[in-house]
Amino acid sequence: MESYWARMALRIWAALVLLFLFIPIVIILLYAFNSSNIETWPLPGLSTRWLASTWQDPEIQQALVLSLQAGLAATGLALVLGSMAAFAIHRTSFFGRDVVSLLFILPLALPGIVTGIALNSFFNFTGITLSILTIVVGHTTFCIVVVYNNVLARLRRTQGSLIEAAMDLGANGIQTFRDITLPLIATSVVAGAMLAFALSFDEVIVTTFTAGAQNTLPIWIFGAIRLGQRLPEVNVVVSFVILVTIIPVIIAARLTGGSGIARTGR
Amino acid sequence: MNTLEAGSGIRFRLATMAAGAIIMLTACGSTGTTPGVTLQQPPTAGMKPPTTIGPGEGALKLIAWEGYVDRSWKQPSIASFEKDTGCKVTAKYAGSSDEMVALMAGGGGGQYDMVSASGDADLRLIYSGDVRPMNPDLIPDFQYFQTYFKSPPYNTINGIHYGISLQWGPNVLMYNTTKFPIKPTSWGVLYDPANRGLITVPDNPIQIADAALYLSATTPSLGIKDPYELTQKQFDAAVTLLKQQRPLVKKYWPSAGDEISLFSSGDAMVGAAWPYQTSTLKAAKKPVADTIPTEGATGWGDTWMLATNAPHPNCAYLWTKWISAPQAQAQQAVIYGETPVNTHACALMEVMSPGSCAQYHADAPGTYFDTIKFWKTPVATCNDGTKVCIPYTQWRTAWTSIIS
Amino acid sequence: MAVEAARRPRKSGGTAPLQALLWRRPWLRAALLLLPPLGWFVVIYLASLGLLLITAFWQINDFTTQIEQVWNLNNFQTILLDPTYRLIIGRTVVLATAVTITDAAIAFPFAYFMARVASRRTQRLLFAAVLLPLWASYLARVYSWILILNHSGLLNWSMQSIGLPAPNLGYTNVAMWIVFSYIWLPFMIVPTYSAMERVPESLMEAAADLGARRWRAVRDVVLPLALPGVVAGSIFTFSLTLGDFITPVLVGGAGSTFIGNVVYSNVGIANNIPFAAALATVPVAIMAVYLIIAKRLGAFEAL
Repeated sequence: MESYWARMALRIWAALVLLFLFIPIVIILLYAFNSSNIETWPLPGLSTRWLASTWQDPEIQQALVLSLQAGLAATGLALVLGSMAAFAIHRTSFFGRDVVSLLFILPLALPGIVTGIALNSFFNFTGITLSILTIVVGHTTFCIVVVYNNVLARLRRTQGSLIEAAMDLGANGIQTFRDITLPLIATSVVAGAMLAFALSFDEVIVTTFTAGAQNTLPIWIFGAIRLGQRLPEVNVVVSFVILVTIIPVIIAARLTGGSGIARTGR
Repeated sequence: MNTLEAGSGIRFRLATMAAGAIIMLTACGSTGTTPGVTLQQPPTAGMKPPTTIGPGEGALKLIAWEGYVDRSWKQPSIASFEKDTGCKVTAKYAGSSDEMVALMAGGGGGQYDMVSASGDADLRLIYSGDVRPMNPDLIPDFQYFQTYFKSPPYNTINGIHYGISLQWGPNVLMYNTTKFPIKPTSWGVLYDPANRGLITVPDNPIQIADAALYLSATTPSLGIKDPYELTQKQFDAAVTLLKQQRPLVKKYWPSAGDEISLFSSGDAMVGAAWPYQTSTLKAAKKPVADTIPTEGATGWGDTWMLATNAPHPNCAYLWTKWISAPQAQAQQAVIYGETPVNTHACALMEVMSPGSCAQYHADAPGTYFDTIKFWKTPVATCNDGTKVCIPYTQWRTAWTSIIS
Repeated sequence: MAVEAARRPRKSGGTAPLQALLWRRPWLRAALLLLPPLGWFVVIYLASLGLLLITAFWQINDFTTQIEQVWNLNNFQTILLDPTYRLIIGRTVVLATAVTITDAAIAFPFAYFMARVASRRTQRLLFAAVLLPLWASYLARVYSWILILNHSGLLNWSMQSIGLPAPNLGYTNVAMWIVFSYIWLPFMIVPTYSAMERVPESLMEAAADLGARRWRAVRDVVLPLALPGVVAGSIFTFSLTLGDFITPVLVGGAGSTFIGNVVYSNVGIANNIPFAAALATVPVAIMAVYLIIAKRLGAFEAL
């Protein structure tokens, strides 16, 4: 066992690291309630006056709607495609399986800017106008990876013998899937969907290159930070995004016991 | 106002710009015969503009400089425009001419309707076919524009208008009045090591012209007459000066908002700016002011241009009509800090802010116009026909090596 | 439930042969399942990457900024020969290395505490606590640091309140180093912790039995076994720093030109997509080399 002093030192270090991780988040949440529109520290006071004006701003409303639409569409597509891929990879070994596995990791392994400009030049080359469709295409590509990872991890933990037992007892493929497989993987599918949505809602790098004149919420935030005119509203929107992305992640963690979100990280 | 006298200086300026335009065209692949009387026709010259304005399409997407589509305008307000025409306005702000050209690629890509382009972007947009001809007869206030801005050579080719002029103004020296209680009189304050870490200048290759302008006054032996037409020796001198400036710069600002944040937080105390930044910071009660130093200033003349693939052309014309009216012109000029092209705006500027008409020289632009070296795209062929000047691509490469 | 399944009447002959076929030939089932997602990836994603690589060999017409499909090596020549770009790439790599080392140094004791000192319940809480910031909006956290580090922000105010001079870190490369280290820290903690957790206590006891003091045991037993985890974490911190443009644009100052923001401005401002594509191959190439080294060090098992 470590000495008492070593343990104490480690405890203090851990506390400092936690402070380091959380202070910036707390600060930005505080700034959302800044009573003045000047971003200096210390805050002159607290007030909720910016919440109403932010909520009613039509640009922000449009950006929020677009983010939700893109997130739901990308998540839906990713659910189907990612699960299918996980099933395919899991139970069968075939020539090139490792290559395909690597392929499915690429969108998260390559820097976001590479994915972004690759998709951008693809759309330019094929003459596809940048619109919500192209945003969804970009998001789906990395959301598939998130769902795939989660479902595959769960599949690896389920016993194949259960499926075989069901079939021995006379259930056909569809019944087996519906009654055995689906309940076993359901929570990982939901967790994958939650994570995919959270990822899509906060994504800015790939979206910058695949969005046309539209603004998703993160693109609006990026532009508004640089415009410097409406920082109180930025503070409110940014706090809102924090909440919207954290809640699905907490749900996902509950469903998978924490392992799912660790494997996929960002 | 005597347009003839006031206009003489401007006529000279315009003649130089026209020459520049002609030369630019010969440099870019016309038949190579003598710099001609007729200019090469742009790709969209054949697109006939409408003769009437149809009903509004319900939306309008603009690429604009910050402050050109300002929701804080009260009289008239953008909300009133939207209510009267049904055209809902969304603006995408660009920080530089390069950015505007990039956004407009593909005729606006079917996404954008108009762009408020400056002189150094206009010809590039016209000749890449990204903008189309407009009909000035549809703009009732066009007849009241100052003559020179009705058909400036940067937006009118062979009599065809590729946009409607908007406003014009200088790049100014902005400073924090607490740190600099005495107004600086020279651009040298931006190159002074005493101000290390307090300086901010635009992240834009065209800044090399500002350095050249400064050198034209401080080092006359270099013989710089036009800061956009530089020989290799003059160009290298300007680049050296900027490289010496680099350790003194806090941040190169890519958009007006960035500079406003820098001055707001106190991270920068002096820098090259547009009058918009000064007026915005003043409205936020920050201690700033601006000035045009003795060496003169570079500047810009802006035009609202219509995208070739604009999805809402009728709303675009309605907007142009609206923004050219005297009240809108006066309001934009006073709030932004620039000079309107509509001669009827002067009186209204006086009502909004007494003395502003004279301050921005809206009534007598002549000599003021001459002190400003308006943005234009540098090309290889100089004014005198020789091909020793440095073209813009090299400006870009040099700029990347300066700021890195 | 299975008994009921047996009692349920068999499905009509329609699907049974098909299902039997799929069961007998699992590769067929895999192929059918794989076709849509793989199709998506190949047709959209791989094609995009391939097109990007091809575009790197093209150029743009300077005046009209249209892409000309003329094959040449100009872009790559510029990147390799022009000292400006060597400087930019070098600076990016140095920053990425600094961030990686910083994060490893912060994460190691923290992960050690989590894995070997904390109780099981504390472990779970800490794990959740470390992952939470990761999912709390990247832009929000970068913006928060801008507010903390700038001239009238929290850091300057705190320093001045206790009598120290204001560090004025806003818009400097130091600021970027801090922000990057902060944002990617959870990526380093998680694999390090996973690797450390797998070191059995029996090994430590054996080391103690052999006479090693605690810190020597840490150095000789835990460190080598946890190293793959650290390397796995470093893959993230290194690669994410190499390609990022948001932080340099928002937090960086005059000396903060990195690969990310040069690529970004070449696409959005100069419209020089061929050059941006060529420059974007640099982080990909660097990461390919890094991944090969990481695989040798066993990092892939720790992921």
